[in-house]
Amino acid sequence: MSEKVLLVDDEQDFLEAMETRMKDRGMEVSTTTSAADALKKVEEGAFDAVVLDLMMPEMDGLEVLKAMKEKRPELQIILLTGYATVQKGVEAMKFGAMDFIEKPADLKVLTEKIHQASAQKMVLVEKKIQEKVKKLIQEKGW
Amino acid sequence: MTMNWNWELLSETGLQFFGEMSASISHELKNVMAIINENAGLLEDLTVMAEKGMPIDPERLKIQASRIMKQIRRGDDIVKGMNRFAHSVDEPLRQAELNDTLGLMCTLSGRFASMRGVTLELEPASAQISIVTNPFFLQNLLWLCLDFAMSVTGAIKKVVLKAEKIETGAKICFSKLQELGRKEPGPGSFPGEREAALLQALKARLEIQKESGELHLLFPAQAER
Repeated sequence: MSEKVLLVDDEQDFLEAMETRMKDRGMEVSTTTSAADALKKVEEGAFDAVVLDLMMPEMDGLEVLKAMKEKRPELQIILLTGYATVQKGVEAMKFGAMDFIEKPADLKVLTEKIHQASAQKMVLVEKKIQEKVKKLIQEKGW
Repeated sequence: MTMNWNWELLSETGLQFFGEMSASISHELKNVMAIINENAGLLEDLTVMAEKGMPIDPERLKIQASRIMKQIRRGDDIVKGMNRFAHSVDEPLRQAELNDTLGLMCTLSGRFASMRGVTLELEPASAQISIVTNPFFLQNLLWLCLDFAMSVTGAIKKVVLKAEKIETGAKICFSKLQELGRKEPGPGSFPGEREAALLQALKARLEIQKESGELHLLFPAQAER
């Protein structure tokens, strides 16, 4: 199964190269340079992972992360940034980021994280379904 | 004369300015390296495919090469700017060409501007405008004014910078500041202590033209040592 990935970065040249390489590896990739558009895409599509730059124009990456997690709690978000401080990393994890990778990244490492993200998301979705079924059984008294 | 300067504040604001610019430059270079890294990776992917018998499209190679070259040029510009900025502390007083200095400040502040969705536009003067001043203090003051200017652009989201020669020396104008008149005085207001210390050290004057939405910095032709 191919993973559905959303790449969010304000550098168009970076997105284009990354998109080609990920597609060559069998992933289904969407890209955007805008935080607002990224939030819209997350609302509309079911992604296995989001690779998000921490420094986005007009909206801080952590704010984007928070908003994405509010919309889709099961979404796995990997922060990829050139602006890495321990403090930012800790904050990102607190807001629910799956991982924090520094630019320039090793695509092998990133691909591995995306596989992990996809598996993790599946576990969360299954858990959610099980909870819903359990609740329904209890409500109906079956 | 320099005995009256607020050295503690000048040092503090200078160090903060140096730190902010260095962090921004390092972030820009990381982005450049990340793009080169991905494009070099793409070339590597193509080589692997060719080894497996898939033909390489020369057009694709050309695109990758030009993207890498573009980033090399971008990186070179960043490093050149960084070098000029670093050397601005070499001498306490020297001749500074204001168009050049404004150009450098636009480059150094580019990332901050794009993070706020603001465009910086430099209106070049027809002739060279030089003053004798402390280049580092000058850049620090320009950055503080620019930082403030970017917060009062309103919907225009643009700051226009221009240097002009005046009878007493030179003037730098920041215009298109739509919300300049709406900024309430209070804590963290502009100009603050830091701007005041730098204005004193540079023997410069700041005029806030609320009606026209402009900030004017007026410099003497020669600052004192």
